Amino acid sequence: MTPIFAIPWLELAIVLPLIGSLILGRMRDPHRIWQLGLAILSATLCGTLLEIAAYAGGSARVERIWNPQEVLFGTVIFRLDGLNSPLLPTVSLLYLLTLLATSGTKLARFSAPWSLLTLGLQLATLSCFDSWTLVVLLILASVRSFAELMSRGKSTRVFVVHMGVFAVLLLGGWYFVDRAKASNQLDDYAWAIVVVHLAILIRSGIFPLHCWLADLFENASFGNALLAIAPLTSCYALIRLVLPIAPEWLLEYSSVACLLTALYAAGMATVQKDVRRFFAFVFLSHASVVMVGIQLSTSSSLTGALQLWLSFVLSLGGFGLTLRALEARVGRLTLTRFHGLYSHSPALAICFLLTGLASVGFPGTAGFVAELIVDGALETNTWIGVGMVGAATLNEIALLRAYFLLFTGTRHAATIPLGITVRERVAVLTLWTLLIGAGLFPQPFVASRYRAAESLLQQRQALFPANDGTPVPH
Amino acid sequence: MPDDFSWIHACAMLVPILPLGLLASLGLCSLLDRRLSEKSISALTMSSNIGGLLATVVVAIFMLGSSEHHVEVAIGEWVDIPHYNFTVKLNFDRLSVAFVLLTFVLCGVIGWFATRYLHRESGYNRFFVLFALFQAGMVIASLADTIGLLYVGWEMVGLSSAMLVAFFHERPAPPRQGLHVWIVYSISDAALLSAAIAMYHLAGSGDFDHLFGESPWPHENSPVTPTQGLVVGLLILIAAAGKSALIPFSGWLPRAMEGPTPSSAIFYGALSVHLGAYLLLRASPLLEASPLLAGIVVALGLSTALYAYLAGSVQTDIKSALSYASLVQVGLIVAEIGLGLRFIALVHIVGHACLRTMQFLRAPTLLHDYHTLENALGDHLQPPGGILGRMLPSRLQLWLYRFGVERGYLDSILYTFVITPFVRVFQAFDAMEQCWIRLLQGRSKEQGK
Repeated sequence: MTPIFAIPWLELAIVLPLIGSLILGRMRDPHRIWQLGLAILSATLCGTLLEIAAYAGGSARVERIWNPQEVLFGTVIFRLDGLNSPLLPTVSLLYLLTLLATSGTKLARFSAPWSLLTLGLQLATLSCFDSWTLVVLLILASVRSFAELMSRGKSTRVFVVHMGVFAVLLLGGWYFVDRAKASNQLDDYAWAIVVVHLAILIRSGIFPLHCWLADLFENASFGNALLAIAPLTSCYALIRLVLPIAPEWLLEYSSVACLLTALYAAGMATVQKDVRRFFAFVFLSHASVVMVGIQLSTSSSLTGALQLWLSFVLSLGGFGLTLRALEARVGRLTLTRFHGLYSHSPALAICFLLTGLASVGFPGTAGFVAELIVDGALETNTWIGVGMVGAATLNEIALLRAYFLLFTGTRHAATIPLGITVRERVAVLTLWTLLIGAGLFPQPFVASRYRAAESLLQQRQALFPANDGTPVPH
Repeated sequence: MPDDFSWIHACAMLVPILPLGLLASLGLCSLLDRRLSEKSISALTMSSNIGGLLATVVVAIFMLGSSEHHVEVAIGEWVDIPHYNFTVKLNFDRLSVAFVLLTFVLCGVIGWFATRYLHRESGYNRFFVLFALFQAGMVIASLADTIGLLYVGWEMVGLSSAMLVAFFHERPAPPRQGLHVWIVYSISDAALLSAAIAMYHLAGSGDFDHLFGESPWPHENSPVTPTQGLVVGLLILIAAAGKSALIPFSGWLPRAMEGPTPSSAIFYGALSVHLGAYLLLRASPLLEASPLLAGIVVALGLSTALYAYLAGSVQTDIKSALSYASLVQVGLIVAEIGLGLRFIALVHIVGHACLRTMQFLRAPTLLHDYHTLENALGDHLQPPGGILGRMLPSRLQLWLYRFGVERGYLDSILYTFVITPFVRVFQAFDAMEQCWIRLLQGRSKEQGK
């Protein structure tokens, strides 16, 4: 084993931002915080990449020079597999680029210590294999957004109501599911699985329980709201907690509900008057499409959904960063009139268009093939296929409407330069390069997602074998 | 492809690579804020066009010389997993080669024209980036041998068209019209994507050979049943109708004239407006498989031609009049395709595209041309008017005039019955959501945020 791979990089990647948040929390100079924050996030990204290299090289955890999880918990709770291995560096990169693109005037508002804390929690969530730890981490993640709403003096009731219901349902439901699993009586506790599933759907913003998402974007800072939801941890919870044990009928009903959410959110995005609400609905629509793909639980749909998941984290991350950069220049933007910002910041206009197009799966971007795979997998239900195509179409229309309203139609009068900064350009172009790279050469990514999907379906098949009368599409 | 044909393979590969290279070079320079000079942009564009044209000509000469009617270039599997594969395969046959030649010739002419027409225009670089996107999209769509690849080109053409309609974007009208065009194109894209999904279900892949038969165009024999042909064919027809401005999507065509003259010429006179007809030609085996579908195509083509004739007769600006004149011919081409006259339709496309390009490019100097003509004749030109027009009762003439002025009420119908209800429903949902959030937050509407 190569010595460098014998180091527990994953544990370091999780702990480093947590410790970093404590250190940065005691510092006062925003510029120093920004510099140190970038260093910690870069180290975290490297840690996740090295852990992937170790995982890809087949370095077993028992061969590590020191296995802190064994010492602390007596077992391995956080580890990599085919599903989460590309997610961890992707999420770390998004945090790094978000901090990098944060303008000097926003450093005080965008709390780097809180962001590091959230990253630590999200990395732990996305690498967690223990169900109760995952449940606790999902609930803890909500605390950060709550704290921010409180600190900004905004109403927290919408968020608290939804996340409160989510937490209660998740804790209560999983308590019974866990008991049922222990006594091997899952069939008698189908209702508990439904409760857990409902909790996860609330966390993902299922219609009509999605209002917290738009409320969060409207009232929290854009960067923090983006980082809080972009990694789609609810999809991870769905795959780890529900997918292996959910009965077929539950997944079918739920996928229809998610499809309706995707359509509804895409439709809402086309009529929004506020940029943040527009982004929230675009995000919700895309997240729901990923949920549909997961819940169809066929090999192709799951492969496409996992690929879409990665693509959305990158594309919507870049899209969000572009909107955030615009807001940093001209304040909150409405979609009720033309703003004509192109002449002042053509590079931002191009970035907006490119990342937006990547999010709707324009040819040549990572999302394109993924959408084709998901759509192509819909042999079982044609209407779901039609719905998915409809949602994509509405999102395309909403995207170009927003582009035209923000960047064209008039000449914006400004006395200060509004062009993109080097840091912002680096951040957005990095994401865009990844999206184009994965779009032009998708095979390695899709193949790895296929292997992950197969592995997940095998876990499901262990509980629902094809010969017991319950069909498992595969 | 056999090894001894490897040089043809190389030439064939150059055909899409050159426009894609042009797009990459111009696009990357824009992204990195490294603006090229007008001279460099012009040189790159022309080199790409001439190179692409020469490569296509070589392939065409090889096909003529060797009596090969079908040269297939399999580039490889873009994605290949069990249950799904996306093959990148180019198809050089009599249809695609004619269309690609037309693309390079007209793009070359119009690109050359645009280098002077847009000289010192602030959006010069942007125009040529979008122009390169369009050209690459056209070439890919023309050469695609799978519906997935055709969809790639289709989307590229759609995006470049909408962005070029909104080219003069410091006025509100062009972006509005650009959005209108984009909405129609998005519907068209959705129909094509649905057709792609349906094809995967029917044939197990998106390969045209599996759905349309393996014989070279136009002698393919589709193995699908009439019902299957009707379903896939109708989706393809909707896609084609959106792209070629057939009824009921014709309203976007005059709106698209907000763009600069070179883009109007290339899109709505020459190439883009014929892309729908090209798709129908490519899918013509489905028309043979389903006589009902063929009948629908003929009816749609003829009604579009009649509609465009009536609307075009009352237009008062030259670009709109030319766009409707284009549409008349496109309608007739579609009817020809429905009747099975495939070669006539192809010749009609080529001839019409060349003529209309010339007319569009002369449009800015129309008055000058009129004066030259009148000076030469020594008299005013006679206003047009046919015997048929004089034979019609005056009330019918008035009704037809109104019908033409209102552009067949197509836009009104779409706005009244589709767009307005859609927007109102979602605005109502939005208002309800806001109300619900205020209720949860315990504040009234007057309290605001």
